[in-house]
Amino acid sequence: MESGLTILGRRGVKFVTKLGGIFLMLGRFLVALKELPRSLGLVFDQLYTLGVKSLPLIIIISVFVGAVAAWQAAYQFKFIGAPLRYLGQAVGKAVVIELAPVLSAIVFAGRVGAGVTAELGSMRVTEQIDALESMGISPIRYLVMPRVLACLFMVPLLVVFAIFIAILGGLVVSVIGVDVSSETFLNGFRNSFQIGDFINGMIKAAVFGLIIGIVGCYEGFHTRGGAQGVGLATTNSVVISSVLILVFNFIFALILFRV
Amino acid sequence: MSDALIGIEGISKRFQTLEVLRGVDLDVNRGESIVIIGQSGCGKSVLLKHLVRLLEPDEGAVTFDGVDISSLTGRRLIEMRRRYGMLFQSAALFDSLTVAENVGLGLTEERLHSKTEIDSIVREKLDMVGLTDARDKNPSELSGGMRKRVGLARAIAGNPEVLLYDEPTTGLDPITADMINDMIVDLHQKLNVTSIAVTHDMTSAFKIADRIVMLYDGRVEFDGSPDEVRNTSNEVVRQFITGSAVGPIQVR
Repeated sequence: MESGLTILGRRGVKFVTKLGGIFLMLGRFLVALKELPRSLGLVFDQLYTLGVKSLPLIIIISVFVGAVAAWQAAYQFKFIGAPLRYLGQAVGKAVVIELAPVLSAIVFAGRVGAGVTAELGSMRVTEQIDALESMGISPIRYLVMPRVLACLFMVPLLVVFAIFIAILGGLVVSVIGVDVSSETFLNGFRNSFQIGDFINGMIKAAVFGLIIGIVGCYEGFHTRGGAQGVGLATTNSVVISSVLILVFNFIFALILFRV
Repeated sequence: MSDALIGIEGISKRFQTLEVLRGVDLDVNRGESIVIIGQSGCGKSVLLKHLVRLLEPDEGAVTFDGVDISSLTGRRLIEMRRRYGMLFQSAALFDSLTVAENVGLGLTEERLHSKTEIDSIVREKLDMVGLTDARDKNPSELSGGMRKRVGLARAIAGNPEVLLYDEPTTGLDPITADMINDMIVDLHQKLNVTSIAVTHDMTSAFKIADRIVMLYDGRVEFDGSPDEVRNTSNEVVRQFITGSAVGPIQVR
């Protein structure tokens, strides 16, 4: 019978090993960037597959995120007796600096991170990654670099769409459900909008994209076993990416948005 | 150091608590056709993967053309790997590419040939394995035997000096397996390559080998010609080639 301390120790070692592996994958990705010019075709393929194809889902999520944000803000305003003319301001701030980057990234981790891990994991267990290496083709350059770059660029781009759609969703709910005119809502949004917030949101989104890409590829590359292994790696990928997104979001809140 | 093309010097490999290879020594000379036999799980494929450094030994060394391959990095490692062609157990075709793209991938990535040249090489290699008409198909549309043949065409696309076959006939019906065996023999002669196959299919081993090596208990148990294998008094080898459950080899 193992003691609790032994189990804790083993899990600790496993955690540190995984974290080290993720950083190592990041390092190998950065090194592979020097071969970017010859891999541009692969990068564009992934920008389309991972990014453009995620747009419909991001649009659906964002409509409801904006709508709920407006409704909940109105509910809070009513509770504390705040005037509803600030509704656009509150929804705008929340969407630009928090809701759009974080929720888009979590959804992207679920759709794209899981997909990347499942794809690379299947390639690992069916020896396709071994086959690439045996042919003298670097799997980091051929598989990892295009996917990570696509995540890095597409998450911020999708967040821009998400902001726009979420504000639209909030506007519709404000006008129809809360009885705030579109002019009042948009004026509030315009008055509160700061380019600094937007840039910070984009920086966060890019880091979240990097996390999703690196973790997705790392888990895929280290898949063991058959279908069960692929399933486990995919779950790990989504869980680790989501947790890291939330942890980094908190760190960004402390650094970028000083109270 | 011997003048063998490939030298395997005392390599050991362990996966967690499982010790798969325990000091394997083997020299492979240029132009030989070696078949490595042994029970499932005895480390045949593991040994094969060490040759192109898909796995690194815990102890010992692998040399290729006199060079310790553990010392190779970057460009030199890629160049060493390109001197090999490898047929994987499951063929390991890339699902997202067509048959022709699979066969030509190594050449495309090498960037030494024009698209027309690559097309012509792909056609020639697919001709050699009798799959000229399959060039635009996806791997999912192919039977097991056809996948192996595409894998074979991909392995020979770069005109390698050494061909590695990981269980080339596993999972195939006897007729298709025999056709693959014929192709291996044919390619060995036509391309003037060194061939190393791992298998537990003795029909295949006797057909393609001019030297048979048996792995047992993590080491080389026997090394000799097919005739020596047939006539050996080594009980381990005898049990394996006759496929008997009774003998020194314990079924794991």
